[in-house]
Amino acid sequence: MSLGQRVADDHQLARLLQIGVVIEDLVESRAQHHLDSLSPPEERIDEDVRDLLEAAVDRSADHRGRLEEIIDDLDVDPVPYEEIDDLVEATYAQTAPEDFDDLLYDQLCNEETAYKFYDDLIDAIEGSDTDFELDADRVLAVLREIREEEEGGVERVTEIMERRA
Amino acid sequence: MNTADQYLKAIYLAQTIEDGPASTGTLADMLDVTPASANEMIGKLEEQGFADHEKYKGVTLTEDGIVRAREALETYCILERFLANVLEVEEYREEARALESVIDDTVADRLDTIIDRRPECPDCFAAERDVCEFLEVEAEAD
Repeated sequence: MSLGQRVADDHQLARLLQIGVVIEDLVESRAQHHLDSLSPPEERIDEDVRDLLEAAVDRSADHRGRLEEIIDDLDVDPVPYEEIDDLVEATYAQTAPEDFDDLLYDQLCNEETAYKFYDDLIDAIEGSDTDFELDADRVLAVLREIREEEEGGVERVTEIMERRA
Repeated sequence: MNTADQYLKAIYLAQTIEDGPASTGTLADMLDVTPASANEMIGKLEEQGFADHEKYKGVTLTEDGIVRAREALETYCILERFLANVLEVEEYREEARALESVIDDTVADRLDTIIDRRPECPDCFAAERDVCEFLEVEAEAD
């Protein structure tokens, strides 16, 4: 058991980054499902919500790509992403939001989860005295950028929720 | 999962294994810390009302302590199951132990949406083997 929040070696770092990729995959997939649920087009949709979800899909895909670039430099088995997509697909039906407010709340949870994950990961890397094989400063710079964007995502959902309240 | 929750989980599991109070030595071994460090944290948990410590006997969780320990164990079960079944990690137990300090319950809750966890979790956790008794891992193809 590893006490204290820190990353002990490159392998752990790679695994945590993979978990980050899965979280982004989850966020992207759920936001896309939410978007799809807003169809048919004749239905009146809050355009801000549509923009919010489209931005979330794009942002998660971008974050995933940036994490994968780092992981490519590390020696770790590839993640079976197609299977993960299938799992998200299979479980979405049971956990799909029942209404619009539910959908926004789900989106808020997704954004907050991603933010919390990066915040903890950054703390754990900063708290580590490991001499990583890859450039830890580069990794931290990428993670801090992603965390900031996730924070922006949380703020945007919160604004819309407050406006609708 | 923060350090206090890791201790609570360890005490909960040690109590299960020892069928009684958890000894400081057992906890120190489980958490890979010195007995002095374990004693210090036990003192803090006692002050917070999560544990009772009796000299020469060991530590027992209070009701509040049990609630938090079980939540921490659920978080751990999610991580273990996620590593084994989603990322298909062979050494999932070792990796879960190494990563649990970085994965908090908010993150675990999201990972939980794509794993197949039993409703009786964490009662189905086999403390001696450090794994859910229902966890099935796909055998590697030859």
